[in-house]
Amino acid sequence: MTPEELLGWVPRLRRYARALAHNRADADDLVQDTLERAWAKSALWRGVTDARGWLFGVMHNLHVDGVRKPRLATQMLDDDTPEVGIAPTQGERLAVLDLQAALDQLPIEQRQVLLLVALEEMPYAEIAATLGIPIGTVMSRLSRGRERLRALMDGRPDPVRLKVVK
Amino acid sequence: MNPTPPTPLTEAELHAFVDGQLTPERTREVEAALATRPDEAQRVAAYREQKRALRELFDPVLTEPIPARLLGAARPHAPWYARRWVAGIAIATTAALSGALGWGLHGALRPADRLAASGGLAQRAAIAHAVYTPEQRRPVEVDAAHEEQLVTWLSRRMGAPMKAPRLQTLGYALEGGRLLPGGSGPVAQFMYRDDAGRRLTLYVSDEPGEKTAFRFVREGTLNVFYWVDGRFGYAIAAEAERETLNRVSAEVYRQLAAK
Repeated sequence: MTPEELLGWVPRLRRYARALAHNRADADDLVQDTLERAWAKSALWRGVTDARGWLFGVMHNLHVDGVRKPRLATQMLDDDTPEVGIAPTQGERLAVLDLQAALDQLPIEQRQVLLLVALEEMPYAEIAATLGIPIGTVMSRLSRGRERLRALMDGRPDPVRLKVVK
Repeated sequence: MNPTPPTPLTEAELHAFVDGQLTPERTREVEAALATRPDEAQRVAAYREQKRALRELFDPVLTEPIPARLLGAARPHAPWYARRWVAGIAIATTAALSGALGWGLHGALRPADRLAASGGLAQRAAIAHAVYTPEQRRPVEVDAAHEEQLVTWLSRRMGAPMKAPRLQTLGYALEGGRLLPGGSGPVAQFMYRDDAGRRLTLYVSDEPGEKTAFRFVREGTLNVFYWVDGRFGYAIAAEAERETLNRVSAEVYRQLAAK
């Protein structure tokens, strides 16, 4: 990996972080920590063949540490709407925000796998390596995460929200 | 019992099908199997929709402008002297300093190019000199009145005995010293001044780079003598005549070698 490559990964690291963390500030904090950790370990770059797996693994470890650590709860009060970077109709917007809410209700282990599959299209074996878990665990977390997300989305009576699933 | 047993379809395969991670052959088989399994087919459709919706929700992040703090964190970590100090000096250059103090800051720093060619040691010493000598109130962290403490402290932090050379015979009195961040560890700076208040700094670094004998670099009004001796690199910077600096350097070298 090279410094230019590292810079090139920033948007994708941000996307994943945004989906993992609850708000933009926390997500960018996580990305910043990841970049700083990556530089601290830059002596290892020459041996890194899979830059994405390595970087997402660094972020994963930091995120696990951060999640475990009790922190002061910080909330962005007015940051949600602009973060949905599309201009949907009112009904679609509700649906999109619902997906976010449903995602936040998944256990973090399931969310990680689901997001690496959905956002990064990462092969299962790479996910196993990135998260440091057996591939069987990847599959069971993916299966449970998807089913749970479906149940959460289906469980709502509002037909507009159902539209997201169907 | 069933005459045409259904294609065994595992849970993992169902997901691999959604994610396009099956072989083309197996993909076709699963596709055919799903035609007769509405429940699984519905799950596949739901999972595909989840993926699409997640992308729709989070892909806009990809095209957001990257915040400056992340750009900064992603870029190569320049050594400290190339970052904040230089920026500060650039501001100082256009501000009152150079005029009010008659300081050739512009000339002293521009040359970072030329100084860079002389090796990092002289460059870092020149910049540290430029940063701290204009200080009126806090040119040093520990002043000469506490020389013993200063030397003890710097020795401990540098991991080797330091001493402040005595330069009174050459017209320079010790003003004090400070610890600075180097590329990978601490650096010591001793500051002296002559009767007219002109300052001279001795910069001691344990990351000296290439071995070198006495070298001289002149940049604008700032002259730098530097050399490497053992594990330390030394640089003496002042806006003094070369001959003066030459004498100071020889004296510093003599005293340090005499330990």
